[in-house]
Parts: sequence; structure tokens; C-alpha cells
Amino acid sequence: MKAIQYKAGKTGFGEGLVEAGRHNHNVIGLGADITTSVGMNFFAEAFPERFFSMGIAEQNCIGVAAGMALAGKIPVFSTYGVFAALRTADHIRISLCYNNLRVVIGGAHAGISVGPDGATHQALEDIAVMRVLPNMTVISPCDATQTRLATIAAIEQVKGPVYLRFGREPVPDFSSPDQLFTIGKGEMLRSGNDLTIIATGHLVWESLLAAEKLAADGISARVINLHTIKPVDEEIIVKAASETGLIITAEEHQIIGGLGSTVAEIVTRHHPVPVGMVGMNDHFGESGRPEELITIYGLNAAGICTKAYQFLNKKL
Amino acid sequence: MKKTESVTRLKEIALQIRTDVIESLASAGSGHLGGSLGLADVFTVLYFYRLTCKPAEPSWPQRDRLILSIGHVAPVLYAALANAGYFDRTELATLRKLDSRLQGHPGRDHGLPGLELSAGSLGQGISVAVGMALAAKSDAARWHTWCICGDGELQEGSVWEAAMAAAHHKLDNLTVIVDRNNLQIDGPTESVMALEPLADKWKSFGWNVMECNGNSVDELLDATDNSVIVPGKPTVIIAHTIMGCGIRSIEGNFRWHGKAPSKEEAMMFIDELNHRS
Ligand SMILES: [Mg+2]
Repeated sequence: MKAIQYKAGKTGFGEGLVEAGRHNHNVIGLGADITTSVGMNFFAEAFPERFFSMGIAEQNCIGVAAGMALAGKIPVFSTYGVFAALRTADHIRISLCYNNLRVVIGGAHAGISVGPDGATHQALEDIAVMRVLPNMTVISPCDATQTRLATIAAIEQVKGPVYLRFGREPVPDFSSPDQLFTIGKGEMLRSGNDLTIIATGHLVWESLLAAEKLAADGISARVINLHTIKPVDEEIIVKAASETGLIITAEEHQIIGGLGSTVAEIVTRHHPVPVGMVGMNDHFGESGRPEELITIYGLNAAGICTKAYQFLNKKL
Repeated sequence: MKKTESVTRLKEIALQIRTDVIESLASAGSGHLGGSLGLADVFTVLYFYRLTCKPAEPSWPQRDRLILSIGHVAPVLYAALANAGYFDRTELATLRKLDSRLQGHPGRDHGLPGLELSAGSLGQGISVAVGMALAAKSDAARWHTWCICGDGELQEGSVWEAAMAAAHHKLDNLTVIVDRNNLQIDGPTESVMALEPLADKWKSFGWNVMECNGNSVDELLDATDNSVIVPGKPTVIIAHTIMGCGIRSIEGNFRWHGKAPSKEEAMMFIDELNHRS
């Protein structure tokens, strides 16, 4: 394996935003004070006339984005996921989703790997709240490169609201810059027959590591990157259920309402198999170094392997 | 229309809008009569005098935008749109019914021409209006954005986020009209959650503040005149209105905020309107 670079999701978001801004002069950036820490500074520097500082007022940002979209712009608003998705939830529901407007929300600092800032700043419920909203698209790319491509795709291809989630910590940037990123299509990154690990965000990388470990024990694990939570790729999930008979999900998010729930909803409807879920188990996070937290909460390759062994004997 | 000639005509239109509001609410059997009647004169002056718009071409890009933030007074918006020619007045009878384009609170997904925003959750419309005005300004477009807010609605914190942003970005292409009827569902605004000194609040947020009688066509014509705009500042018109204006027995009665008239009441009310005019 060639040496893997480490890169933060927010950097990919910032690069993608600049690229999309270069393609289309209607792309607008809306900042809520933490422009640099969410990676929007690149856009603000490249297109100062198209970047608007809105202050620490996230609810207003959503309405302003809606108004701009109604006037023909493609606004991109970003702040920490906890604020972007939750503080603004009703504004997103009515002003964006009910009006079905073309706005991209960048939910930064996703997951517990935010680390020392603690529970208030760790977005662990955003997927659940965003995916329940009609008209909303929810994307959670696996690394910086994919975040860059997903940002461009979200801005250029989706005609309604999008919630795009990405992390702060530099993590392995393993996906190919030449990949064809298709919203709504899961990616099978490794084939296998004994079970399928379906992951989203940075835990896709951890799932690949977990699959290696399982292979050493003679267990053949399929790995799927479900970068789009909504609209979800039902086909790849049902195929995994029917061909491998066991699914393990992995996400830096609450199990309730997140990727695990998404997968379980589809599996129970179409091809019931046991689903073991790796994620936050109805719990807030806490302060600590990112690697300490993901270890304590089992949100890594070791946690995924443990869950796989727990569930292998439940396999139908 | 010249202003002097138009006042009489505008008053006639306001009467027709009030009549349509009462009839459509009676047909619906539920909805918000008080605020809808109180705003009839504001909507008349906007749609029949002030707004640059083309009812035959509702998405004309250069049109002025009117954002109704208090979606619950949808009946007066619908009556104004129908009378302005956006759709046929007979459709007003479908208000709040299944498959109607006239949703209880405005819903663009149902395809009603002239509707700029689906709205009804209070405190959001002004932010949308700020976004529109900001987009227009960044394009150096000449159209103006209008937004109608309720007074009780100003208790929502995000309204003041929007107010701050409009002044910060110097949106002199935005005018907010506050329906200052001093009432909300639980009673007088000043006992539910005091808003006064209201004009001072807007001034301190950097706005150009106007006040007028919101049930006087003459005063509304002056207050909404382009000449009152101050360069570099958004304008707010605090329009003092009477909830239920036009029907003496319900004027100023907050119990009529969220109520529709019965068929019999509707006939009585319309009769009264015609005799008072
Ligand atoms: Mg009121």
C-alpha cells in the first residue's frame, strides 16, 4: 500500500467550494464567524465579493440562504454541525426544505473526533435530524478528497437543500481523486461473503482496517462506503444483506436515527438480517484527544471487529 | 394610477379584499380573520399601487418581491393576489381544503401563482427577505423586497438577527412592514411579552423607522413612497392597525385572531362592510 496522506474533511470542503465557485458565479458563501475553522476561508479569499459575513446568527443564515436561492443564487452556508443542523432545525425545515430551495449546508466538526472541545461541539445527532426532513439530501463523505468532490456535486447537481457533513481532524485521505462521485450511490470498496461492513465518514477507513483484521482470522468482510445517507442506495444494502447475511454499520454519530437506523429500515423492509451497529449509543461525548475518544467509544477498527464477532453467531 | 385619483379606487379594492377574506374563511370553516382584515389596506396599497409586478408573468425576474412572514394571514394575501389577477377569485372558496392551491399557510409546492415563499413558522420571513435584498444588491438589481411581519412575531429572536444583518449589509432595498395591532393569541402584546419601545428598538438596530396608520390608505401611500427610503439603511414601517378592522363587533378583539366566521356571521359582517363604506 502506498503511503497515505492525512487531510481534514474541512479542507476538502474548502477546496471544493472554491472550485464550484470558479465554475459558477452564482455560488455564494455565507459565514457565521468561524469561517476559517470550517474551511470557508479559501472561498472568502478567492471571491470576496461573493462571500457575506453573517455573524453568529445561524437561524438567520438559513433564511438568508433561502432568500438568495429564491433570487437565483446557490448559497453555501457552513458552521459546526451541531449549530448548522440543530440550532437551525425549524428554519431548515420550513425556509429550506418546505420551499425546496437549492442551498448547501456544510456541517463541520462532525463526530466525536472533534476531541477536547467536548460534548457541546461534537455533532452526533445531525444525520438523524437532517435525514428526516422531506426534500433534504444528506451526504457524509469518507475523506478529504471525497469531500471535495461531494461539495462540487452538491453545489452543481442537487436542485434542493443538501446537508454535507465532514470532520475536523486530519485523517487518511485514501480515496482516488479520479473517482466518479455519484450522489445516492454507495461504493463497494472491498468484496466479501461472510458479512458486510457499511460505514460512513471517516469510519469507512476504519472499516477497511477492520476487514483486514477479520481476513487474518479467515472472515471475509465486504466493505461499503455509504457516503450518501439520503437518498439512500437501497440496492447495494439489500444485495449485501442477501449475499452476506450479516451487516455491521459504523458511524461517528448516534446509532438512533443515523446510518445504523437507515440501514436497518431498509433491511427490515426488504431482506431481514441481523444488523450490528457501531456508533454512539444514546450518549453525549466528552473531552479528550480524538484517538482516546474513538477508542473509549469503540468507533474504530477494533470496535468494528468486536461488533462483528458478537454478531457472527447471530447470522441467519 | 395617479395618487389623487387612486385613493377612492384603492378603498374600493380594500373593501373587496375584506369581503373576499370573510367569504373564503367562512367557506374554509377555520383560519385567521382578525389579522387578515387588519392588513387589507396594506395589501391593497402594495399590490395595487406600490409593487412593480406583472400578475400575468408571476416569475418576471425584475418584479418587486413581497414576503409574507406571518403565514397565518394567508387569506388576505390570497384575496389580494386574486383581485390583482394572479388567479381567478372563484378559487378563494377552496381555501384550506384538500387539493387546494390555497393552503392554510402559504405553500409554494401547491403551485399558486404569485406566492414568493412558503411560510408560517414565525420569525423566518424577514431573514428570507434579507437574503433576497442582499442578492439583489450584489447584482445591482433594481427590484425592491418587501416583508410583512406581525408584531407578536417580533418576539422571535431570529427576527433581530435578521434586523442586525440588514443594517450591517446596508440593505436600503428592503422595507419591512410591521403589523402593529398590539395583539397576539394570548392577548395584548404588552402583557404577553412587551415590545415597546418598538420604534427605538429598530432605530438602535440601524433602521430607518416610519410609523403610520396601517388602516389608512392615504397614510400608507405616503409611508410606502420610495422617497422615504434612506440610502444605506433598511426601512421599517410600523403600521398601526386594528385587528378585525372594518367589522365593529370584532375590532380589537384578540379572540378573533385565529377564528373564522360562521356563514351567518360572514353575511352580517359583509353587510356591515357595505353599509360603512
Ligand atoms: Mg399582532
